[in-house]
Amino acid sequence: MAHICSIITISQTVGANRIVPAVAIPHPLGNPRLPPAEEKELRRNLLKKALAALQTPIEGQTVFS
Amino acid sequence: MSDASRNGKYRIVHYVNQFFGGVGGEEKADCEPFTKQGPQGPGRLLEKRFREGNADVEIVATVVCGDSYFVEHQEDVLRDLIPLIRGYDPDLVVAGPAFNAGRYGMACGGICSSLQSLGIPAITAMFKENPGVDQYRKTVLIVETANNVTGMEEAVRKMVRLGIKRLRGEEIEFPKAEGCFEQGIRKNYFHAEPASGRAIAMLLRKITGDPFETEYPIPFFDRVDPRPAIADLKGITIALVTSGGIVPTGNPDHIESSSASKYGKYSLDGLETLDARTHQSAHGGYDNTYANEDPNRVLPIDEMRVLEKELGFKRHPWYYATVGNGTSVDNARKFAKEIAVELIRDGVQAVILTST
Repeated sequence: MAHICSIITISQTVGANRIVPAVAIPHPLGNPRLPPAEEKELRRNLLKKALAALQTPIEGQTVFS
Repeated sequence: MSDASRNGKYRIVHYVNQFFGGVGGEEKADCEPFTKQGPQGPGRLLEKRFREGNADVEIVATVVCGDSYFVEHQEDVLRDLIPLIRGYDPDLVVAGPAFNAGRYGMACGGICSSLQSLGIPAITAMFKENPGVDQYRKTVLIVETANNVTGMEEAVRKMVRLGIKRLRGEEIEFPKAEGCFEQGIRKNYFHAEPASGRAIAMLLRKITGDPFETEYPIPFFDRVDPRPAIADLKGITIALVTSGGIVPTGNPDHIESSSASKYGKYSLDGLETLDARTHQSAHGGYDNTYANEDPNRVLPIDEMRVLEKELGFKRHPWYYATVGNGTSVDNARKFAKEIAVELIRDGVQAVILTST
């Protein structure tokens, strides 16, 4: 499992192992200030980072920033 | 207490296992429940200590059951024993002490929990690692004991002190101060000293190395070993789960906006994206404007679909959602367990969890 989340410390406290920092609490995978195409690109990149995290061997909790 | 026609004596029923009931050891653990009049084994010590504590008590009956028999027939045993115990009209029921005997602890906890819910005060005692503690500490006052019978004297002393308070109808506000396991119940009350003063006093104790006690213990969280990396995304099924509260419009399962007691499982079949008409946020812990405008900002279905095609992994046709806002750790753990079992059953190999 990869956890895309806005508050990294909570994710670490509850014990997630593959952690991907998100954009902001009300829009973790988006940014309403960006034009739609750029916002989609941002979302796509976060998802790719999460997919890459799933494919990365780790020893313990790791933040993929 | 009801002391009519009892010569003013408090009536106690004592529950013990086959060993303390004098039947035998492990070889008799399948002994069926039975009752003896008066105290047996540790009951005699209990009665003596109660009287020394100026509580005029009488152990009117001792209920005995084999440890294995109890846990293997718990429902039947409780169905029979609870009315039987009630028939003695007890002012208090004492079970154990069970020390570190797991099945005995489960039995003591089960008996006390059932009686408590009928309004009959019941107490027990166990060692901290007895599985009965985790199972019943929330509903039953459990005195902490040593891990074996050498702690009998101390256990009985603490049980008697607690028992006397319960017989007198005193409310036990701080279980720990009574030598019991905390029940995890939070009560609001006015403290004479404001929080700022208490915090500074606590900090000073910490700095000087004196013992201090937190007013808000942090729950214990599990740790799990990381899963091995996925060698190739091609052909595997990936599921999406969110604590960000994205639900179909109208929130069909009425997931609470805070302190969620449930989660939802929703179809993604045929959906290439989410939008303001199909989905919304049910989360009460953040400004929903952006998530309601475009739910992909929390649950990224649109770009998952694109990446699926590009990278060749498979979509899981369902997503799971709850609201992570003041949600209890117990509930969250329960949701996670159920969701994980289903995902594994359905052949999902990886999950992306999104949180606000």
